[in-house]
Amino acid sequence: MADRIVIDPITRIEGHLRVEIEVKDGKVTDAYSAGTMVRGIETILKGRDPRDAWAFVGRVCGVCTSTHSLTSVRTVENALGISVPPNAELIRNLMANALYIQDHVVHFYQLHALDWVDVVSALKANPAEASKIAQSISAWPKSSVGYFTDIQKRFKNFVESGQLGIFANGYWGHKAYKLPPEVNLIAVAHYLEALQWQKELVKVHTVFGGKNPHPNYLVGGVPCSINIDEANAVNAERLAFVGQLFQDAKTFVDQVYIPDLLAVASFYKDWGAIGGGLTNYLAFGDFPSNGYNNPDSFKMPRGAILGRDLSHILEVKAEDPEQIQEYINNSWYEYSKGNDSGLHPWDGETKFNYTGPKPPYEHLDFSQKYSWVKTPRWKGHPMEVGPLARTLVGYASGRADYKEVVEYALKTLDVPVAALFSTLGRTAARGLETKLTCGWALEFYNQLLANIKNGDSRTQNNASWDPETWPKKAKGIGMVEAPRGALSHFIVIEDKKIANYQLVVPTTWNASPRDPKGQRSAYEESLIGTPIADPKNPMEVLRTIHSFDPCLACAVHLYDENGSTIHEMKTY
Amino acid sequence: MENQRPTFYEELRGKGVSRRDFIKFCTTMAAFMGLEASGVAQIAKAFETKPRLPVIWFHFQECTCCSESFIRASHPIVADIILDKISLDYQETLMAASGAPAEAAYKAVMEKHPGEYIVMVEGSIPTENEAYCCIGGRSALQILQEAVKNCKAVVAWGNCASAGCVQAASPNPTGAKPVHKVISGKPVINVQGCPPIADVMAGVVVHLLTFDRIPQLDGMSRPKAFYSRRVHDTCYRRANFDAGLFVESFDDEGAKRGYCLYKMGCKGPVTYNSCGIIKWNDSVSYPIQSGHPCIGCAEEGFWDNGPFYQHLPGVAGFGIETTADKVGLGLGIGTAVGIAAHAVVTNVRKHKEIINEPEAGSEVETKKV
Repeated sequence: MADRIVIDPITRIEGHLRVEIEVKDGKVTDAYSAGTMVRGIETILKGRDPRDAWAFVGRVCGVCTSTHSLTSVRTVENALGISVPPNAELIRNLMANALYIQDHVVHFYQLHALDWVDVVSALKANPAEASKIAQSISAWPKSSVGYFTDIQKRFKNFVESGQLGIFANGYWGHKAYKLPPEVNLIAVAHYLEALQWQKELVKVHTVFGGKNPHPNYLVGGVPCSINIDEANAVNAERLAFVGQLFQDAKTFVDQVYIPDLLAVASFYKDWGAIGGGLTNYLAFGDFPSNGYNNPDSFKMPRGAILGRDLSHILEVKAEDPEQIQEYINNSWYEYSKGNDSGLHPWDGETKFNYTGPKPPYEHLDFSQKYSWVKTPRWKGHPMEVGPLARTLVGYASGRADYKEVVEYALKTLDVPVAALFSTLGRTAARGLETKLTCGWALEFYNQLLANIKNGDSRTQNNASWDPETWPKKAKGIGMVEAPRGALSHFIVIEDKKIANYQLVVPTTWNASPRDPKGQRSAYEESLIGTPIADPKNPMEVLRTIHSFDPCLACAVHLYDENGSTIHEMKTY
Repeated sequence: MENQRPTFYEELRGKGVSRRDFIKFCTTMAAFMGLEASGVAQIAKAFETKPRLPVIWFHFQECTCCSESFIRASHPIVADIILDKISLDYQETLMAASGAPAEAAYKAVMEKHPGEYIVMVEGSIPTENEAYCCIGGRSALQILQEAVKNCKAVVAWGNCASAGCVQAASPNPTGAKPVHKVISGKPVINVQGCPPIADVMAGVVVHLLTFDRIPQLDGMSRPKAFYSRRVHDTCYRRANFDAGLFVESFDDEGAKRGYCLYKMGCKGPVTYNSCGIIKWNDSVSYPIQSGHPCIGCAEEGFWDNGPFYQHLPGVAGFGIETTADKVGLGLGIGTAVGIAAHAVVTNVRKHKEIINEPEAGSEVETKKV
């Protein structure tokens, strides 16, 4: 008989996620993923000024902070026919670059590392040996014997205090941990360094957007002005500060993140064959180098891959009603066209239908609806989105920069391309694209300086700022590659107000329940076949779920109080 | 029994922090909390002699921006030490354990330290239907009400826990409520903002650790040390407001000179927060300094006080009879001349060397339906 195991809450993620698995003969035979919190931001947006939407949807998520705001201003600009000045595009890119790097580093160390790194084992390490290993893999200066001795002493004191704080009740000593004590010690040291470091790079947001989390955005450009002869604007000092932050970020990624990633991965190569799940990948692409309306210029290319066929990149059009549809047959909503119908977000409906158990409850009933997350499909296929999807699309598109980093990683780890389709591949792809992002950031930065030097300081296009200039009705779509994957917003503007606003979010693609055909989405599919050494401590499940970097506040955003309002969006 | 736990100071020393750095940290915190020099000794003494404070940190209807802000605390040892040195026994974003072992961690605190622990809350609590926010099969309301029974005090992080924030904006579809409206009998400290400034969060924690009592609060239960001044009154652009120098449109000549953003909708005159004093992310900047009007994120119901780009009616400050509109009108002519001159200059710039320039006609057609 299969064991039913519940993991709720899944921690070290954003938001509220519950996973239930069935385990038989030491392997996962079935899996269910449920989002267990709702807020209803789309409903709240109705009737508001479209220029304010970025602030509301920004609050969908404070971890991938800024990414929904960027999507929102693109959506409104698309509806109103606004192109932003080149400097605004570059500043937006820089802010997105800063988010990618900070978010991915925090994911690796704070959210994911403890699935692979045994903190308690680090106490047994030989600091001299740790120092030797650290120096053999990186030029990072903090790698002396004394440094690792001190770190170890600090942790020893911490553990001996008996109050383990955030490290309490971890899976320490679990036999799935394979790192030698010395590598564990290096990782623990870098856990602390990353925590200290991550607050630096976000200052890029503070310079351009005034604060972080939740920096400010603006329809038509960016709110900050450039004036190299003024104390109260972006001037040489502010620009130099941003340049320094990115240089330091590149150093940290090159000398800490990437070497650690490869070192840890080399001990877990078996995870290159576990957790692959779906065989379909979707990327909207991002980082325009010649305008957002010119996708060919994107540093991250757009495209879809089906059946892991890397020889064919399929064209993606989010506005095409035949391409993207959302289902609710297993989500706590209902559709006027029936429980099994699928709707494009333009035609999206949000009608609430909670049929789950009254809390407190032990189990969800998976023969019925079981999640607040809707189920999106691309041409009827379940798709994985995120770093792995982007890296595969970039690699399969033949982009030189993608090929270089992917081949370097495969060669270093001595694994075949097929190892990418896995938990390990997903975690590695996140690191590799962080490295690429560091390089792009410096390109964008240098271009910004060149523009200013050449006399262009514009950061805002006010042509359509005044609502009096708007058409009576307009529709728009905005697409972004958020750190967690393909993100799209849809808007209808009527009489200068938001008539409808819909979001299709990365974690919605990945964390959703089954569709009417019974096809599992990425989380559920990726868990099938996962070995579970100890059903009482199913740490292996966390490895795969964390490899997606779940963001549940993003995934669950749709809700209408009494089910009385049905959003309808017509295609154009 | 209490003293078997190492004190904060012992923890610091154990982590290799020198006495000198420790006193420096205490001095910084004293300055932030507006204390006299003697306060430094008081803080130092508190950390040397008091055991660590058990903390249970819940996430309900939220976006985790408060947790993210908290780990941005900028004084060197705050991010490194306070984060775990308060004995953060339950914090879903950072804790190693998941599922039942995670829940066991906070239940252990409730059993072992009744009356001693602090409950910190990030997020609002849905009241229309408790099933709108469940963790481990139990509702946010059930979890919170049980946990606060024997706590020492509650810290409500951010606008969600203090006032409901975005999900409580009209029509508040989930019946989202702040902490103080769903519990009673315990002191609640509302640390406002979306999110609160990192160093304000750290400052509140240090205050609790140091003085063993909650900070003085205003009528909205916000710590006076951080929420007793209007952003407007502490704004470095205030002189422009008083002089009638305003930004008239984004990125205009006034914006490039850092004029006052009042006419662009700045809510600084009705918002109490430390943005102009402590500023954000290690005092790098704050919204107004980076060209965007304050949206008032530290105030209850700010989402429904908009639209954001519509200016507040009649804020006094120039004299009894004059409003910003009248002063601005007089300046409008001069500004217009400036803009025209700027446009001429802009037109002769070397566009060819500017990559990423949108081509003429490449703008997306406005979609009329």
